[in-house]
Amino acid sequence: MTQMVLSGDEAVAQAALDAGVVGAFAYPGTPSTEIMEYLQEHVGDTAGAAGAVAQGPNGVIRVAQWCSNEKTSYESALGVSFVGRRAMVSMKHVGLNVAMDPFVNSALVRIHGGLVAVVADDPSMHSSQNEQDSRLLADFARMPCFEPSDQQEAYDMTRSAFDYSEAHEVPVLLRITTRLAHARALVTTAPVRAISGLGKTDDPYTWILMPAMARKQWASLLAKQAAFRTDADAASRLEPGSKELGVITCGLGRAYYMENEEDWARAHGGERPTHLHIGRYPAGTGKIRTLASHVKRVLVIEEGYPYIERDLRGMFGAPLPVAGKMTGEIPPAGELSADSVRAALGLPRREGVAAAAIEVPGRPPQFCQGCPHADSFTALKKALEGEAEFFSASDIGCYALAAQPPWSAVESCVDMGASVGMARGAASVGQKRSIGVIGDSTFYHSGMTNLLDAVRYHSPMTLLILDNGTTGMTGAQPTISATSQLPTLLEGLGVEKEHIRVLEAHRRAIDADVAAIREELAYDGVSVIVMVRECIEWLKKVRKS
Amino acid sequence: MTCDIILCGVGGQGGLSVSVVIARAAMAVGFQVKQSEIHGMSQRGGEVLAHLRISDREIFSPTIPKGKADIIFAFEPLEALRHLSWLSVERGTIVTATTPILNIPNYPDLDSVLSEIRKIPRARLIDADALAKEAGNTRSANLVLVGAAADLLPVPPQAIEKEIAVLFSRKGEAVVKANLRAFELGRNIQHA
Repeated sequence: MTQMVLSGDEAVAQAALDAGVVGAFAYPGTPSTEIMEYLQEHVGDTAGAAGAVAQGPNGVIRVAQWCSNEKTSYESALGVSFVGRRAMVSMKHVGLNVAMDPFVNSALVRIHGGLVAVVADDPSMHSSQNEQDSRLLADFARMPCFEPSDQQEAYDMTRSAFDYSEAHEVPVLLRITTRLAHARALVTTAPVRAISGLGKTDDPYTWILMPAMARKQWASLLAKQAAFRTDADAASRLEPGSKELGVITCGLGRAYYMENEEDWARAHGGERPTHLHIGRYPAGTGKIRTLASHVKRVLVIEEGYPYIERDLRGMFGAPLPVAGKMTGEIPPAGELSADSVRAALGLPRREGVAAAAIEVPGRPPQFCQGCPHADSFTALKKALEGEAEFFSASDIGCYALAAQPPWSAVESCVDMGASVGMARGAASVGQKRSIGVIGDSTFYHSGMTNLLDAVRYHSPMTLLILDNGTTGMTGAQPTISATSQLPTLLEGLGVEKEHIRVLEAHRRAIDADVAAIREELAYDGVSVIVMVRECIEWLKKVRKS
Repeated sequence: MTCDIILCGVGGQGGLSVSVVIARAAMAVGFQVKQSEIHGMSQRGGEVLAHLRISDREIFSPTIPKGKADIIFAFEPLEALRHLSWLSVERGTIVTATTPILNIPNYPDLDSVLSEIRKIPRARLIDADALAKEAGNTRSANLVLVGAAADLLPVPPQAIEKEIAVLFSRKGEAVVKANLRAFELGRNIQHA
């Protein structure tokens, strides 16, 4: 037993190591990135180019690897489970959309080595394009979901998620949120578990999801639901208190509630509300009913969607008043805070120092000093000067910052890879100068298949791949393929050799870059311009190490 | 005893390492600690904000409730004004560097920014850059600010010095010395 100061992400990673995880896979994404970074640092001494590999006792190979995307990460983890080892896959919430196919189907196979999928949601969209709630996706897949409420629970629940996965032969989704992932606290670790060697699954039919077998597996998954609920109920914690108010908390909601509980008690004759904390889903009904039979009204405090709240309310209405996100006591958008929960509890607002008499302008993120993307956008803007007709679609990455002034150089940013598909779609129905702007990492993640579509239909579009050799936004992780390989890859996808242009993304090359972009915009087919220069952040990181 | 601290500045100023120094020192003398920060987008020259909570009892919320912060460390003056709603009216103290980071086109007039800060009771405006230079390392300005608030922190200065030495040990003795000196120069400032 050791005590360590860990962020939520690090607590999950440390727990996975202590639980004997053998294969860990991920694609970078805030706020989940630090899980893999920690794993790579601690899994062993021999870090490869795109991942860490270590030879453990008894010849066990442990890997912690960045992968092309969340789907490939998830499928690698499934393979590890099949051969009887513990596996973990980690991603941000929107990454789960990319991995949705293996994710949903993995609930139907008979999981062998424990499989834990860690998904970090980002309520308030600190660094994301939406604030979807992964608990509902676990529900959709009929998969058990664990949600820690602090760093210690992040450690403990990750450990127990592996055991639960093996005991019930089902993957477990561990849901965390930004404030848990990126906050640090003291964590007490448990003894390291020996790495298990279950060997290959003894019944491969339970992994073959062809209709006849899939139906059996689906029935078996449905049969497990009752146990999931019973176990969730047993794990939930009910603290009886006042009849005036019952509070149900989930995840970090507990922390924000506890911050205010004493004040509520002080305002109500010293008695605390009756409090139920739910940390596992699908939730059981036992303790919720006990709470409901004891109190006059219920307040539900959960991070994300009104998931428990909606169940509680039901179609015909709950027999007692339920307050939460659906009734507006808790703001329906954005992350929870001690302040918003305080208001929902009916406690007086706490005022800080009044705002300054002068306006405080925002300070939005911007390109780093010397960023190659800035030079690429200067070139693109120049190439488009005087052109009335164009469509410039962008993608997920630092370069989306070009949407803001003074650049205003891109017109869309939707999801990973969308720039290629959107530019192609628009081009195919006649949009002139249809341009996609994507980073190298995002191109490998989800851009390549879109480019195949463009090649197949000879769609008149130009793709700018801003190749900085790294995944920059998340802190400069290595990309899955090297810059030197990219032209060959593009040729392999069917892009004509003379329309693959490799340029230097630098001020000194601006005239040549502008001329080349103009030439390719005039071409009536698929052209790809690779703008090459290393990420400044990545260079800093390399120099440090 | 509880000490809630907001640390704010601009991406790339290194405010988070200061948070680590104070947090470790507080833990070393037996306090509970919670630290919260946001990475990602904000790294790119945008506003950064970290919360540090120190207490002798269990800490729940990873972020500080509004109106409860005892100290705002601002590594840039405009950022000090951005987070006033967190500052306790009764006891909160702003400790801010006076050198602006002018990476936005609509940065207000610096004198009016500083005079707005001066209006707030107990505010400490520190020319941290000058003292950091005197200490021998321009990157040690953040520790000048920590020194300038050492009397407000629930940990003895020696505990902080120890953590400064640990944090910078990898960068060599000269860097450790300069940062210790920056902390000391901050402590020597007399406050009205």
